Amino acid sequence: MNYRRLKERAIGLYFAGNGVAVIIFLLAILGLLWQNSWPFFKEVGPLKLLTDNQWNPTSYFGPIFGIRPMLVSTLMVTGGALALAFPIGVACAAYLGKMAFSWEREILKPLVEILAGIPSVVIGFFGLVVLNPIIARVFNLSNGLNILNGSILLAIMALPTIISLTEDAITAMPKNFEDASLALGATSWQTLWRVILPAAKSGIAAAFMLGMGRAIGETMTVLMVMGNVLSLPTSFLDPGMTMTAVIAIELGEVPFNTTHYYALFAVGLVLFIMTFLVNLTSDIILNRFQGVEK
Amino acid sequence: MRVTNGKLHEKLGFFLFRMSMLLVIAIVFYIIFDIVSKGVGSINWQFLTDRPRDGMTAGGIFPAIIGTVYLTIITTLVSVPLGVGAAIFLNEYSRENFLTRIIRMALRNLAGVPSIVFGLFGVAFFIQYMGLRPSLLTAGLTMGILTLPVTVTASEEALKTVPASFRQGALALGASPWQMIRSIVLPQAFPGMLTGAILGLARAAGETAPILFTGAAFFLPFLPNSIHSQFMALPYHLYILATQHHAISRVRPLAYGTALVLLLLVILLNGAAIILRSYYRNKMRKGGI
Repeated sequence: MNYRRLKERAIGLYFAGNGVAVIIFLLAILGLLWQNSWPFFKEVGPLKLLTDNQWNPTSYFGPIFGIRPMLVSTLMVTGGALALAFPIGVACAAYLGKMAFSWEREILKPLVEILAGIPSVVIGFFGLVVLNPIIARVFNLSNGLNILNGSILLAIMALPTIISLTEDAITAMPKNFEDASLALGATSWQTLWRVILPAAKSGIAAAFMLGMGRAIGETMTVLMVMGNVLSLPTSFLDPGMTMTAVIAIELGEVPFNTTHYYALFAVGLVLFIMTFLVNLTSDIILNRFQGVEK
Repeated sequence: MRVTNGKLHEKLGFFLFRMSMLLVIAIVFYIIFDIVSKGVGSINWQFLTDRPRDGMTAGGIFPAIIGTVYLTIITTLVSVPLGVGAAIFLNEYSRENFLTRIIRMALRNLAGVPSIVFGLFGVAFFIQYMGLRPSLLTAGLTMGILTLPVTVTASEEALKTVPASFRQGALALGASPWQMIRSIVLPQAFPGMLTGAILGLARAAGETAPILFTGAAFFLPFLPNSIHSQFMALPYHLYILATQHHAISRVRPLAYGTALVLLLLVILLNGAAIILRSYYRNKMRKGGI
């Protein structure tokens, strides 16, 4: 009897260990990023990372590690992607949640899931071979490898996240909101536009934040279609190079334990903090939303 | 006047919403159509079973297919036991408390960590700290942690579909918690967990950034013969053919063929998961639970 209790205890502890492992992994990622950026911060300084406006680790006159060009690239491509994906995504979610017949939903939702499943490298390839010449022709450029191309592709990739989370928020709405609005004489459009969507705003905001997190962290697509030029971009038709792309290209080339190597971890740390804050914000919004619902 | 204006708004609004949905469907079909129509010509028996030849301008992608299959197997072996275990802890062994809240928060944040940061982690931990070489094992471990949130979330969802009365019945008959989980809960939740495992597999098959530095090779004339070998992988091969090759226009058909194989693989895996899940949900509903 005692043996059995001991065994049960051990099994319970084993599963608890699996759960705790998740926390450990997240902390280990943060810890290792910090540990490997520390030598860079000590040698060059975190301030230089933020204030220098050039990234040139192999410069003849001494390396320069300014994060600004890639940070601006990342922010521009993310902003562009959200400007495209957010209105379209919310409209699709409203359509799926409130307008579509159930047979339409049965077909459309798996299609959105398939879009979510397409590997980023395939989307990047699509941008390279299809979008690239189109953008070049429309804007009369020598090629279409620029921030606009990256924004369009990231928008396509953020759409499934925004659609499914917004739809969840819309369908989770209590039915009596809708009924009350219709009973007061509002049309179905007024109900959708003035009641349902505003009431779902925290869920929609969380979807926006998660879409943003995905766009900031995406690597392969932007690596393939943005031209990878590390100068400060001034328009969406300029080429750019995101933080993720810099790590992807340069980590393979630098020797371990050099300042340049540590600098790439510092970039990774900044990236981690950005996505962490974005996800945390969406978490807080969602928690507040659930609190109100109860 | 107001009424007509409202009607106009209404018509325009519904129209725009419908158009947005149509646009998204058109994008999905256009991407798939473009890859399929231009890739299908490159696919033949030799392409699927031969290794790349003549500086990757001819031959096939067999090593990349095998590399991706091996990688996804190792990823699954890492992530499914851990993920199922964590889900069992969250759903069966603990009430909502501080620890589970922290675990859930960690999971959501792990899901949001950029894939390239997992690459950095793999280099810093497995290669630098543990002294492993870039290999199938290193890449599989890195990818296993990356797919963990997918497996935990799906497994937990599967566990939640098992009715509480099943658990109470087992416990009332004198089963210990573990006996109850092993013989009642897990068999019931198995199809849902399988769905999660397949979704994780699909994610692992398509990811490129985490394996760039942890084991994927530009070109290997031979197949990996142990978990300590480097490997070729479909997504990385596509990236190389699309952007890094010295004769990009000449290898374009091969790139399209690779993209098609990768797309088919991922869509098949996702499709299997979607079908399995809806079949399972219908069965649950008909079971009158």
